Amino acid sequence: MADTYHRKLERSAIGLVIAIIAAASVGGIVEIAPLFTIDETVEQAPDMRVYTPLELAGRNIYVREGCYACHSQMIRTLRDEVERYGPFSLAVESQYDRPMLWGSKRTGPDLARVGGKYSDFWHVAHLTNPRDVVPESNMPAYRWLARTTLKTDDLPQHLAAQRALGVPYTEEMVENAARDAYGQATPDTDFAAGVTERYGDKTQVSAFDGVTTHVTEMDALVAYLQVLGRLTGAAFEGTAAPEEKPDPEG
Amino acid sequence: MAEVERDSVSGRETTGHEWNGIKELDTPVPRGVLMFLIVTHIWAIVWWFLVPAWPLGTTYTRGFLWTDQRTTVEAQVVEGQQERAAWMARIETEPYNAIMADEALMQTVRHTGRQLFGDNCAACHGRDGKGRANYPDLTDGDWLWGGSPELIEQTLRVGINTAHPDSRIAQMPAFGRDQMLEREQVRSVAAYVYSLTHPDYSTPQNIDRVNAGREVFVTTCATCHGENAAGNLEVGAPNLTDAHWVYGGDLDTIIASVHGGRQGHMPTWDERLTKAEIRTLALYVHDLGAQQP
Repeated sequence: MADTYHRKLERSAIGLVIAIIAAASVGGIVEIAPLFTIDETVEQAPDMRVYTPLELAGRNIYVREGCYACHSQMIRTLRDEVERYGPFSLAVESQYDRPMLWGSKRTGPDLARVGGKYSDFWHVAHLTNPRDVVPESNMPAYRWLARTTLKTDDLPQHLAAQRALGVPYTEEMVENAARDAYGQATPDTDFAAGVTERYGDKTQVSAFDGVTTHVTEMDALVAYLQVLGRLTGAAFEGTAAPEEKPDPEG
Repeated sequence: MAEVERDSVSGRETTGHEWNGIKELDTPVPRGVLMFLIVTHIWAIVWWFLVPAWPLGTTYTRGFLWTDQRTTVEAQVVEGQQERAAWMARIETEPYNAIMADEALMQTVRHTGRQLFGDNCAACHGRDGKGRANYPDLTDGDWLWGGSPELIEQTLRVGINTAHPDSRIAQMPAFGRDQMLEREQVRSVAAYVYSLTHPDYSTPQNIDRVNAGREVFVTTCATCHGENAAGNLEVGAPNLTDAHWVYGGDLDTIIASVHGGRQGHMPTWDERLTKAEIRTLALYVHDLGAQQP
């Protein structure tokens, strides 16, 4: 009886093809089906602001240099992670991350809430040569970032592309992208005022790499690192976390 | 139905298919593997019922176990806080003197403080708290803003040169770059400061420059660093007469400091750490220095 059944199964080529399609489509359905309910499942964060052009440029450098290969941006729902890094990550916190950089490998620490934890100066020293500040670090050095002038002329297109994907950049933000990128790294200039006007008073305007004469890739990457976890306070709502939530609106 | 053919070597039936003389045996999956597959499939189906599994439009099946990782981790964090509550409450409310007198509690402070220090402070000050160039040594007994637990707590809470409303503000102006001093004045005042810790620098060929530097120091630097250059804890001005340097005590570094100024930055920990954690760290850092020979 069993032998006859197996014989039928083994001899049916069309049956095998159909079975493969059915089995493989399970993987697709599992990934696609939840997207239809994304509006209900992603939390609300009305206080959340978008990345400034300089932070977005820094994010692009983060992607370019492959930082996500060793650093996750996803605090999981585990006690040791919550006690070390802060409240677990919410989906809404990466709603403007296109693509998201959650990552799954931690050679280095999680960076989801690293913004504001260290000084700009520390980040510059650390990126220039990690061993100078963390002797046991095995992170590569990124010292050319401070020598490389940031390309800002294509930032309006980057913002426009993000807007096409649903990130709520206004026409004014897109038009002023290059100026705002310059302004965020050069405090006390007219350009700097425009950044806080468009992105909120709490936006960190600072000479990130300590040099205000020109804007480098170091400025952009440090600006991005300093805003990680600080775009919204949503994750701090109603949790046992003792930390006070960041206030992106100011 | 095709005629059943048996393979002469294995004695098994073939499927009747043949490709270039190769015939396929009709061998079933080994029983053990089949059983394993069946058991795992049954387990998967049971698990669907036990834990959150299926999306249902705007909601999803919650599962009979009613587990939710978010509430689980919240409960675990609260449980951890309760376990620590007894001594955390003492650290938060009791005066520092009373805590330091309680050796058992201080052991807890050293143990917990070490973890907190490693997570939050070691990136700049080093795991041993000894600092490095540009970051102060916390164990040498030489303090910019005061080394009592109360003052360390204040520094931890508001930071130095931060956006915190009560931030400690310390700014060494860029005397050379901003043209408050002539190039020669910068060099002579640096020579004077260098001579404070290197008496043998005041040789006959340097003595004029050192003396000129002293005059510049008295009119320009003494406001913050004091006439005797011993520093001022009120404004975070370092003592220039001891062997402890944040940025370096060689002549070139002193010239660089006078020329370009210095604005150190210590983050504010008010939002990131609880009051009890900040007080634990204040005690830990104070204790680090006390434990040094």
